[in-house]
Amino acid sequence: MNYEEKLQQVLVLGAAGKMGSGILLLTSMEMADISLKPENKGKEYIIYALDVSQQALTGLMKYIRVQLVKAAEKKINVLRNLYADRNDLIDNAEIIDAYVNDVMNIIRPVTTIESAYEANIIFEAASENPDLKVKLFSQINQNSKTEPWFFTNTSSIPIGYLDKEAGLDGRILGVHFYNPPAVQKLVEVIKAENSKPELSEFVTRFIKNMRKVEVPSYDFAGFIGNGHFMRDALFGMELLDRLTGQYSFPEAVYMVNKVSQDFMIRPMGIFQLIDYVGIDVCQFIMKVMKPHVKNELIHSPLLDKMMDLNVKGGQYFDGSQKDGFLKYEKGRPVAIYDIDKKSYVPIADFAEKCDAALGSLPAGHAPWRAVVGNRAKDALLREYFNNMKQSDSKGAELALDYLRRSKEIGENLVKEKVAYTPEDVNTVLLTGFFHAYGPINDYIN
Amino acid sequence: MKLRRKVYMVAGYNTISMGSGRKEFHPKKPRPGLEEYMKEAGQGVLQQIGGAAHVDECVVGNFIAARYNKQANLAAFFPFIDEGLKYKPCIRVEGACGTGALALATGVKSVLAETAEVVLVLGVEVQNSVKAVYGADILAAAGWYKERKKGHAHFFPGKFSERAGAYYQKFGYEKTREAMAVWYKNAIENARLCPTAQEFHNTSPDLLGTGMMKPNPHAFVESLNVFDCSKVSDGASAIAVVSEEGLKRCGIPLSEAVEIKGVGMAEYDITKPPADPTRLETTSVAVGKALESAGISKEDLATVECHDCFSIAGVMAVEAIGFAEHGKGADFVLAGNTSRNGKVPFNTTGGLIGWGHPTGATGVHQAVTIWEQLTGKTGDAQIEIPADRPYGLSINMGGDDKTLVSIVYKKTT
Repeated sequence: MNYEEKLQQVLVLGAAGKMGSGILLLTSMEMADISLKPENKGKEYIIYALDVSQQALTGLMKYIRVQLVKAAEKKINVLRNLYADRNDLIDNAEIIDAYVNDVMNIIRPVTTIESAYEANIIFEAASENPDLKVKLFSQINQNSKTEPWFFTNTSSIPIGYLDKEAGLDGRILGVHFYNPPAVQKLVEVIKAENSKPELSEFVTRFIKNMRKVEVPSYDFAGFIGNGHFMRDALFGMELLDRLTGQYSFPEAVYMVNKVSQDFMIRPMGIFQLIDYVGIDVCQFIMKVMKPHVKNELIHSPLLDKMMDLNVKGGQYFDGSQKDGFLKYEKGRPVAIYDIDKKSYVPIADFAEKCDAALGSLPAGHAPWRAVVGNRAKDALLREYFNNMKQSDSKGAELALDYLRRSKEIGENLVKEKVAYTPEDVNTVLLTGFFHAYGPINDYIN
Repeated sequence: MKLRRKVYMVAGYNTISMGSGRKEFHPKKPRPGLEEYMKEAGQGVLQQIGGAAHVDECVVGNFIAARYNKQANLAAFFPFIDEGLKYKPCIRVEGACGTGALALATGVKSVLAETAEVVLVLGVEVQNSVKAVYGADILAAAGWYKERKKGHAHFFPGKFSERAGAYYQKFGYEKTREAMAVWYKNAIENARLCPTAQEFHNTSPDLLGTGMMKPNPHAFVESLNVFDCSKVSDGASAIAVVSEEGLKRCGIPLSEAVEIKGVGMAEYDITKPPADPTRLETTSVAVGKALESAGISKEDLATVECHDCFSIAGVMAVEAIGFAEHGKGADFVLAGNTSRNGKVPFNTTGGLIGWGHPTGATGVHQAVTIWEQLTGKTGDAQIEIPADRPYGLSINMGGDDKTLVSIVYKKTT
């Protein structure tokens, strides 16, 4: 079975979730593009969108339609060629409508797992729970009429573990999209020791067709992305502890968040990023990683405490942010959670005091937005971080500590065979986390 | 066009050219509609000519509100602009992006025919009502509908990309791209001096670098980048076309007017491709007619407003007028001749790329700009008009060099 034949019968497991819906969108478009080729006329292409509730699937189908229109508008040049022989379709608007309908027509929203028994390929984006994944994979594998390939979107569970527990004989590969898959360019690809090479070949072509960036990672819990992010988050919380003697909890959160965003020229501060991913998700990933990581404790009592208080962060289905460490209005942080008082304190109440304590940003600072796409960013960052080294402000001191730690984390990922190369680590942070610079750099030597 | 009476233009008015680039513009927020733009521009003129009572006829140029705004019958908005226009003769004309100057020519004809002494001429287009990808469908109506299917998704950029590609091949890629980048830079720098221009707020530090961005056929078209193209604009412009008697009626001194010395109109078969894609031949014919009817040569021109819907069209217009031989337009631009301090400044408030291109209004906007320049009303964008060259020229083009109107204006004092 070749690439195109494999894609005739596909299933997305957990299709209504944030990751599953994006994977469904991308895969259904790839399948539709193949089905529209003249040589494939008349062949059936089907993608099952499997999730637990009808209600979630209704929301999913609405989401997919909106996203498809946007995607079709962007790829109108390609679409005009795909529909060149349809003389009834003349305007861009007509072609976009036709394409959206053609893609929608190959999607089958379903709630029963039996549909999976037909599929050649299973994209799995169920919740990050090893037992659940093993159970689903085993069941599908045992009942399947084909010998399906399993592509799991796990961001932390070792692929070899899933392979062995579910008895898949190497028909599994980690294909870790970043959130949201429709937008994010990065895909981490993780081969288990036993993974069959034809799965990797397929995925490489699949990722290339979607114009995304493939970064390979060793099969080690957390891989590159979470391998860096979880340790980076733990360091943020370590700095928080350092400050809470002198400052209140919300003040310290504010300061560390500001250092990790403004001083370090990142797209968002570390606590905002934890909220974005979800405190619950971060806690879960750490729990999954913990038993696999030696000589290091991947665990945060603070996250446990936040979860006990039912402060979880994460996102609503429309992409808006739920409250976590920070409280948001129209996507912007306006208050910070006080873990002792169990309520949010407006940032305005203490921002001035904390800003003064951190000191001004080093000379040459530019906001992340102005740096990230700047062709001359290397020189700009070099000068800025040089000035930071000369500065004696508290903010500069904390930022330098953070930068050193971030670099150390990156280097350890290579040393301990999580990442193949330092470039791969940097690519993950640049494309998956939208950083303006990779953690492994010589700006702060 | 033989001018059997003296014809003048006075009291020009431009609204802001609204669209991406303006700080006020937000694609998701409500904006003024067609009628608000018409009212602003129309009233802008009426207030300068002593009110609606002085007006004999009205002409509105609009390309395609029937699709952008689901609105036709635009002449009936004149009484909405001012109640004093109720029951006056009003006409709507259309010739794609050449609509505005067709409206002016219609006004001139009324004055020549002595059916009117004062004609209120207005051009309007509101295009941000749809996304650009759907706007391309609408604008494609300026070409032959039977070519739409095999045309590019971005139909007109596709047409001029083919012209640019042919020009690169014949006369060299690097030099031509550099000239197009200089054209872009001039356009933006001029627009920064004109508060109504769409690029008035542009602060980009490296205009030449931006202009030189390599065309990306995957995302756009083969031989143009997006900065080679005029943007999507909402706007209206208006001016009064008057006779000597009309000037007196409105109480406007001659020094506030420009005289229309020549009008050249030309049409080419919409079902036929250009005979030579590296030339704007219909433009050349129309300009020739305009200069001939004015009895002047291109050497007498102090300034030109040309139809630079794409930077390559600007380069080709330079050749069509005769400022440079075929294939030497790029050199003429690169030598700085068309910049605001050059031999003959082109598009002094930004042209279509810098000021904006609300399609049906563009021809009228060009006339307003030349009227401003020749009467010293251009503010920061004012250029010097040499005493021995008191003329201005406008070129307004509909479709791919199909519907052309060129006008010669003369300073009156």
